Amino acid sequence: MSDIIKIKEKYLNKLKDNLDLNAVNQLKSELFGKNGIISNEFKKMSSISIEDRKKFASDLNSIKNELQILIEKKIQNIQINEINFKLKNEKVDITLPERSFNRGKIHPVSQVIDEISSIFSEVGFSVQEGPDVENEYNNFTALNTPENHPARDMHDTFYLDNRKEFLLRTHTSPVQVRTMLSGKPPFKIIAPGRTYRSDSDQTHAPMFHQVEGLHIDKNINMGHLKGCLNYFIKEFFEVDKIKMRFRPSHFPFTEPSAEVDIGYELKDGKIIIGEGDKWLEILGCGMVHPNVLKNVKVDPSKFQGYAFGIGIDRLAMLKYGINDLRAFFESDYRWLNHFGFDPLDVPSSYRGLSR
Amino acid sequence: MKFTINWLKEHLDTKYNEEKIIDKLTNVGLEVESFESQSSEQDEFVVAKILNTEQHPNADRLSVCNVDIGKNKIVKVVCGAPNAKKDLITVYAPPGAVIPKNQMKLSISKIRGVTSYGMLCSESELKLSDESEGITELPSKKYNNQIGKKFFKNNKQKVIDLSITPNRADCLGVRGVARDLSAAGAGKLKKFDESKIKFKGSEKIRVKIIKEKNQGCSTFGSCLIKGIKNTESPKWLKDKIIALGQKPISAIVDVTNYIMFDLNRPLHAYDADKIKEGIIVRNSKKGESFEALDNKKYILQDNMCVISDKSGVLGLGGIIGGTRSGTELDTKNILLESAYFYPKSIRKTSKLLNIDTDAKFRFERGIDPESIEEGLVKAAILIQKICGGEISKPDVQKTETFKKIQIKFSITFFQSITGFKVAEKEIMKILTNLGFVIKKKNNDLNLTVPSWRPDILQPIDIVEEIARIKGYDQIKTELPEKVRDKPTLNKQQKLFHFLQRSVASKGYLETVTWSFTDSKINQLFKEDMNEVKIVNPISSDLNVLRSSIFSNLIIYLKKNLDRGFKDISLFEIGPIFNGNKPGQQKIVLAGLRSGKVSRHNWIEKERLVDVFDAKRDAIQSLVEAGFDQNKIYISDKAPSYYHPGKSGSIYLNKNENNPVVYFGEIHPNILKKIDIKTEALVCIEIYLDNIKETSKKLKDQKIQYQYSDYQKSERDFAFVIDKNFKVQDLINIISEVDKNLIRSVKVFDVYEGENIPSDKKSIALNVTIQSSEKTLKDEDLEKINKLIISTVESKSGAKIRS
Repeated sequence: MSDIIKIKEKYLNKLKDNLDLNAVNQLKSELFGKNGIISNEFKKMSSISIEDRKKFASDLNSIKNELQILIEKKIQNIQINEINFKLKNEKVDITLPERSFNRGKIHPVSQVIDEISSIFSEVGFSVQEGPDVENEYNNFTALNTPENHPARDMHDTFYLDNRKEFLLRTHTSPVQVRTMLSGKPPFKIIAPGRTYRSDSDQTHAPMFHQVEGLHIDKNINMGHLKGCLNYFIKEFFEVDKIKMRFRPSHFPFTEPSAEVDIGYELKDGKIIIGEGDKWLEILGCGMVHPNVLKNVKVDPSKFQGYAFGIGIDRLAMLKYGINDLRAFFESDYRWLNHFGFDPLDVPSSYRGLSR
Repeated sequence: MKFTINWLKEHLDTKYNEEKIIDKLTNVGLEVESFESQSSEQDEFVVAKILNTEQHPNADRLSVCNVDIGKNKIVKVVCGAPNAKKDLITVYAPPGAVIPKNQMKLSISKIRGVTSYGMLCSESELKLSDESEGITELPSKKYNNQIGKKFFKNNKQKVIDLSITPNRADCLGVRGVARDLSAAGAGKLKKFDESKIKFKGSEKIRVKIIKEKNQGCSTFGSCLIKGIKNTESPKWLKDKIIALGQKPISAIVDVTNYIMFDLNRPLHAYDADKIKEGIIVRNSKKGESFEALDNKKYILQDNMCVISDKSGVLGLGGIIGGTRSGTELDTKNILLESAYFYPKSIRKTSKLLNIDTDAKFRFERGIDPESIEEGLVKAAILIQKICGGEISKPDVQKTETFKKIQIKFSITFFQSITGFKVAEKEIMKILTNLGFVIKKKNNDLNLTVPSWRPDILQPIDIVEEIARIKGYDQIKTELPEKVRDKPTLNKQQKLFHFLQRSVASKGYLETVTWSFTDSKINQLFKEDMNEVKIVNPISSDLNVLRSSIFSNLIIYLKKNLDRGFKDISLFEIGPIFNGNKPGQQKIVLAGLRSGKVSRHNWIEKERLVDVFDAKRDAIQSLVEAGFDQNKIYISDKAPSYYHPGKSGSIYLNKNENNPVVYFGEIHPNILKKIDIKTEALVCIEIYLDNIKETSKKLKDQKIQYQYSDYQKSERDFAFVIDKNFKVQDLINIISEVDKNLIRSVKVFDVYEGENIPSDKKSIALNVTIQSSEKTLKDEDLEKINKLIISTVESKSGAKIRS
């Protein structure tokens, strides 16, 4: 009986020492190995009288547990200390650069097209596209701009054949013609895309981007046009208030026609949209001319509506403070990096158009 | 269209100030381009201050002055005036200025070896007084804060410059502008001064309009004025001509110009003595020529409308006159012409001959056919006033009588288009003020369109007239409803946007380049496509539509390389062209990567970009866009501008006819030709039109999710195989041994060289095997191993490497 208590005390004492892992394992096998002291005590069990056996077993078990726990704890401590010791030598200079990554960017024109599409999507416009190469009829004649009309001079056109039958579209309006010819009213579309005019200087590029809008239905009037553009401008520039002015103008394919100015002011050389007493022309629009409707087989006595055309590059310049139109098309690595957008930054109405 | 406020007020009785007039012009649709004082030669003289003076090194009586001329500019001026002293405020004339006294133009000059930039002026030089001793002294109290400002007050009238839209021919004259303003309530249109004139006799020069097909002239009015003395114009007339931005020439020319800008009525004056036996208005014959007033000789085509006499062409009707019959200061007798030419004819002729004149600009847009006599009379009276002479009775020849347009207009139509209402009374007032004659019939107005409005043809034109005069600020704002009946984008559009962002997310910067390019570069990439030439390119290096995006992209890559960047990834998504007809274009996404991966990196080993980077970018993008990687098939065929050994194409599955992607290195010969210096260059091209629309949405393509919890095993194999045998086929052979059990096949080593025959390679693969029904036993695995080896050996001729 006292044997096992002695054993216990002896080993508790031994375990108090500052031992290394080997020493602890040595003690562990002395006690619990095949011929370990405790193991041997268990073997004695059968030789103990039945009345004493129960108590002996209970005492032995509790001693066994106590020592075992102590030893395991000791081992764990030693291991943790060993790890801690090792960690002291594992310190890296965490200020060294991370592994490399390449960040791509979306061009401002693409980003703005997505923004525009998102805004018009909310009020039910769908996106239509047309070819960059157009025939003379779709680009001019169907749009009430017959040959010999001086309005043609306003469009410096790139021609693709000597008979001037095929050309690079000078505006996105031929998409109106294609859309209406291939379907039945109502129509409610926007058509963003590349457009071309053969002039080139600081403020004109031979290629630029427009978005066309067209809404034809019964009873669509200029009030709807104004409301739609008011909504668009406000959403696009992400301002609460917008000052907008409709000015009479002339386009052969709309009548009445208007040009739209928005109010702005200059603050520290930056354009602030929506305030101020200066006006900036940003788009042309009007009610689709009955001649155009007739040309695309829509009955103007039953259907009417509006169309507009907006310069996308110019909108991008205004919103994102880009000064030089030509730079849009020069693919300068530095410019693309500076003005480009992260590919994950997809404009949407619920997350906001821009960050 | 330029004029001054005072000129406008000759036609308009108004209480409006300048600002209100400008606003009103804008509001009725006459866009004010600018409203500025004319620049004057005297603007260059500025108030300046002498900061200090130094003795001229080579001349005792000269000094060198440092002069503050404002805007933070200081210049050195050599000056001989004794009063040129520090702090003197005086008048400075820069190089280029013309000294009023002697009309001498200043230039930067060296005076005794010292460069002098301009001059300090005396009062006599400025014609202020006779004082020529010393330079002008300005009182410092008044001028101290004026340094750099113009010395002479510009008291020229401000000039309004309108940008007139092509429909508004009538507003190419001041009277037309005044009429619009009066209709919009800005004042009252003044009545013409109907002073009767007395014609002396009815002597005339015979005019004949030949009746022939394509005759460009319908009416020709003329008036002979005899015994005049042509002269310089009086000041009031000169001022008007100058306000237009033109140079006064002589009274006769200035009067005809004045009437044109005042009434929008072009006129032409001939020296009557130079016309041989009367005027014939006819079609030209090919090869006829004449010398025009712009001193150019024009050779004519058939059917251009010419004014001629017995000796030949005098001028092009409505476009430009000729020198042979032009008026000069010694001209005694003149014939005034006031005619109507058809816009189409004018436009055709001027386009062919490339002539642009003020008269052509007006006739092309449509002149009031009823203004012929009025113009003649007004001009004749003015000429008589200035030059004397006797006016004969005007003569008008006609081949056609002008008919005014009638429009039936329903008042409700206005509101249905504009969304707002204008009272009938007001509508009638507006239209009357614009010159319409109205007959009311029930709810309709029967309108007679004024002869000066050729643009008004149908009821919608009337709507615009009322709306613009009433003001577009009357239009209500009907906010749009947030309803969407149709999806915004179709599948192809979604794919476009998805791939655009997917490729960008691989580290590529998106660019937008021209749709046209340099044919010389395009040839390198066009393959067997038709090249589309632009008839009128803006420059010879942008002369064709691009057959490939690379034609531009590679040039911009080169520019960036030249800027010193090495590791560049660029892409563009847009059209390429295969013909000059609508629809002969395709949407392509093309990307380029140059240089190295992990350049100058302390932790990663740097390496050149290679064809497998390109392949990864392409396949990852396709997979992200929703295409099954396991079905993708690679071929080693690619267009000829790719490196023949390091390029390929990607099919969405083996049975497709058209590849959706090409990828690889650009052919080294092309890099040489374009002179691109980079360590490595790889590229991808995604042909969006070759990606067929799937009928199902991605969400419907996914079958029920199944997964296996049974243990999976991996086995490695190494096969020695013919060098030309494609690993893709090897993988397929293995995958197809048991599609249920073989979950993936990975290539982890490719080896050629020692221990391997020179026509062979060793491929090491890792195969994952897993059943979805049970845990595989050793004998199952052994069985499949053996099957893999035997199948591969029999199908590919490979040998398992022991």
